[in-house]
Amino acid sequence: MSGEPPGAAAPALPGGLPAQYSSFGGSLRSNPLLSRWLRFVPGGRVRVLVGKVELGQGIRTALGQIAAEELDVDWSSIEVLPAGTDSSPDEAFTAGSRSVMDSGGALRAVCAQARALLLSVASDRSGIPAAELGVRDGAVRDRAGTEHGSYWTLLGPGRLEVPVTGEAPAKDPADHTVVGRSLPRTDLPAKLTGAPAFVSDLALPGQLFGRVVRPPSPGACLLAVDDSAARALPAVVGVVRRGSFLGVVADREEEAVRAAELLRASATWREEDGLPEAATWLRDLPGRPAERIPVVRHGEPVAPERVAAVVRERYGRPHLAHASIGPGCALARWDDGGVEGGVEGGDDGGVEGGVEVWTHSQGVYPLREALSASLDLPADRIVVHHADGPGCYGHNSADDVAYDAVVLARAVPGRPVQVQWSRDDEFAWEPYAPAMVTEITVGVDAAGDPLSWEQHCWSTGHDSRPGFAGQPGLLGGWHAADVPAVVASDPPLAVGGGTARNAVPPYAVDHVDVQAHRVTDMPLRTSALRGLGATVNVLAIESMVDELAARADVDPLEYRLRHLRDERGRAVLETVAERAGWVTRSTPDAVGWGLGYSRYKDVCAYCAVVARVEAVSDVRVSDLWIAVDAGQVINPDGLVNQVEGGAIQATSWALLEEVTSDRRTVTSRDWETYPVLRFGRTPRVHVTLLPRPGEPPLGAGEVAGGPVTAALANAVADAVGVRVRELPLTPERIAAVISA
Amino acid sequence: MTSTPEWCRPRAVPEPVREVRLRVNGESRTVVCRGDTPLLYLLRNDLGLRGSRFGCGLAQCGACMVLLDGRAVPSCDLPAWAAEDHEVETVEGLAPDPVMSALQQAFLRRQAAQCGFCTSGILVSACAHLRAGAATDPVSTAEALERNLCRCGSHGRVLAAVADAAEALQAARRAECGADGPPVTAPRADGPRGAR
Repeated sequence: MSGEPPGAAAPALPGGLPAQYSSFGGSLRSNPLLSRWLRFVPGGRVRVLVGKVELGQGIRTALGQIAAEELDVDWSSIEVLPAGTDSSPDEAFTAGSRSVMDSGGALRAVCAQARALLLSVASDRSGIPAAELGVRDGAVRDRAGTEHGSYWTLLGPGRLEVPVTGEAPAKDPADHTVVGRSLPRTDLPAKLTGAPAFVSDLALPGQLFGRVVRPPSPGACLLAVDDSAARALPAVVGVVRRGSFLGVVADREEEAVRAAELLRASATWREEDGLPEAATWLRDLPGRPAERIPVVRHGEPVAPERVAAVVRERYGRPHLAHASIGPGCALARWDDGGVEGGVEGGDDGGVEGGVEVWTHSQGVYPLREALSASLDLPADRIVVHHADGPGCYGHNSADDVAYDAVVLARAVPGRPVQVQWSRDDEFAWEPYAPAMVTEITVGVDAAGDPLSWEQHCWSTGHDSRPGFAGQPGLLGGWHAADVPAVVASDPPLAVGGGTARNAVPPYAVDHVDVQAHRVTDMPLRTSALRGLGATVNVLAIESMVDELAARADVDPLEYRLRHLRDERGRAVLETVAERAGWVTRSTPDAVGWGLGYSRYKDVCAYCAVVARVEAVSDVRVSDLWIAVDAGQVINPDGLVNQVEGGAIQATSWALLEEVTSDRRTVTSRDWETYPVLRFGRTPRVHVTLLPRPGEPPLGAGEVAGGPVTAALANAVADAVGVRVRELPLTPERIAAVISA
Repeated sequence: MTSTPEWCRPRAVPEPVREVRLRVNGESRTVVCRGDTPLLYLLRNDLGLRGSRFGCGLAQCGACMVLLDGRAVPSCDLPAWAAEDHEVETVEGLAPDPVMSALQQAFLRRQAAQCGFCTSGILVSACAHLRAGAATDPVSTAEALERNLCRCGSHGRVLAAVADAAEALQAARRAECGADGPPVTAPRADGPRGAR
């Protein structure tokens, strides 16, 4: 972002791939052969191998559509396999709204080339020029309709051992018949009938059940444990202790739970009060030690005489939990077959062998590397398979529980061990979205228009995924070594930043100075939650814009349009305003309307939101109108579903959510102490997609969070007449601001 | 400070292991375990019925909903002994039920899920709601789903899908009973109908 304008194209790949094939993650660079992505298997099936994983966002369906489109095969013949380190290309993490851009772009190039290759082989064999041949349902036909082979007869595995050149032309979007259609998701039928569908549903022969006894508080150290009562349970197979990592394996799940509680009751911990009070943490965040990240500075400082007034405000949000509906779960099995010396050693067993892991991690390859580093085991002795899990919305417990499963399974070689975190484990130990404060100082001219914009954002880092800062980043590893969690880092600005994400105002201002401050005190472990720093930065920017509009006595829509130059941005704002009836909106008592706008990461999809709220005893969101421009859309209904979901989740964040703690430990540990939005408060969500079939697809999975949060804050300010600048927008916070 | 289910807290004398006899999806099943084992674990691990999901173990999220004599209840903290002498129905066993079938078709048509982890519990709650012939306006349906949580934000689609299913069932009843047939929202004289 720094030094280049927002929207700059990703760098071109070596080999001159056109822009639409290039990707931030370099999916093709890491996996250049066609065979890494595609297999034509007997029975007229096409296996598509991708490194991106299904997280409930429908990515397997969308990527399958891209493959079917470019290959010209029937949609029903496509099978997108779950990622695994023994089969799929390495595409690092499924994160950052990049899957359709990265994996989709790679697949488009791969499949276009496979189709061209098929035509060339068929042409060589038949003597008919390739230009006179076409592909339908995977078979090559000449103009008379005579078949000349198919993917399955002409492109055996050896033919696909060629690098992707990117030279094969992708289809003209005007000819698309599969891309752009709202095909139903291929994974949903199993999930709707109760068929085994999730990692926790896997049941291997001889499977055992593991539980980990987590420390009572973040800084706690295990001094002693009497495991005799736990071991006395007939179902208990083993107890594992390494440092402050304590776990148990049993042959029945309820006995593993019971044994874990016996261990908990007989464990002695050294604890200390290491947590700040939640309220002061947020207030004091700007004064804490931090790494300064210059984001952007442009324009000359504004002459003081032009500045009629200076407006400075702070906006903030406490720590949030991902609060996945299912706690983390993983399955692991150590192989003891035929490895010499594969005998138990030490009190927790351990074999010289390989391990297989089933996980709902966002990245099978990074997790493999992290496990390899933690266990001091070569990566080629570890196979990590992805299995669907409950929605994660970022980095939650999925990787940590995989470590737990591997460590517990090591004690019982040959036996698969399923480890299931409890609800308490999940709420107390997942890496939270960091509390964050953004302060904006604007110099305005006599007309109330902004001349200078200075923005500072403070939070602990938004990334402690496996591999961050060269660390495995696995909770159990820190507990085993009795060391505190390593302070979270931020993704580089080139991939959107963390604290700095969406910190640059999209509006035209003469002088802009934006700095992020990654706080390096980290009382609570933090990492990526959908949107990272964008949520608070967009909340801050869009709230400030409303405050400036009010000072200038200009309608918030008009004020935005006056200062927004990006045509696509203006189009989503104008569209959403029209759909919501913004201009003719009626505002009876206690009803408020608010706007929010952003382009996610400055390079992904555009999103504008109108919120209508009713604030009586608490805040009820009646309607959210949302307009999204995501360029070419692969699956419109899938995109709408993602936007609706993001909007409802953001409504929950904005109105209800807050991780709470006392001086010692986290106190929001179940669904009563960490409430989320329930069915009775469901807003009506009206999504409009702006059709741009000729434009490259833009990532959209995280697009709604910031603008919805901002629109809600603005709508509540409109409804109650005062501005609440700290989330969540609870009746207590609103009342405190009114009485202040 | 931990939030631990009551049943697994250490106590002097745990319940003994014995034969627990259940009626699940119309069949008699026997499992050897302690009588206070949560029903969910028996369903998932002993009977292979993995459609009821573990979400919290605290009866707070609804991912594990089953029908107990036709009433939707969380199974994650329901001791097995409390299910003895009752009819247990799971999402798998409800498949042939016309109400569940209408719900599943409507959910599929609406694509009313994202991760889908909460979905079978929601379907079970909605099935009990529609079978009871309760009102199916959005407010009543939302009340019926108040014990179910969804984190992906599929709420709007779920409410719409339940309304679609109610409408489809009503249309089917009209076709069956003629134009003057009783509306599906009235209490049904024949009681719950399902996979018995």
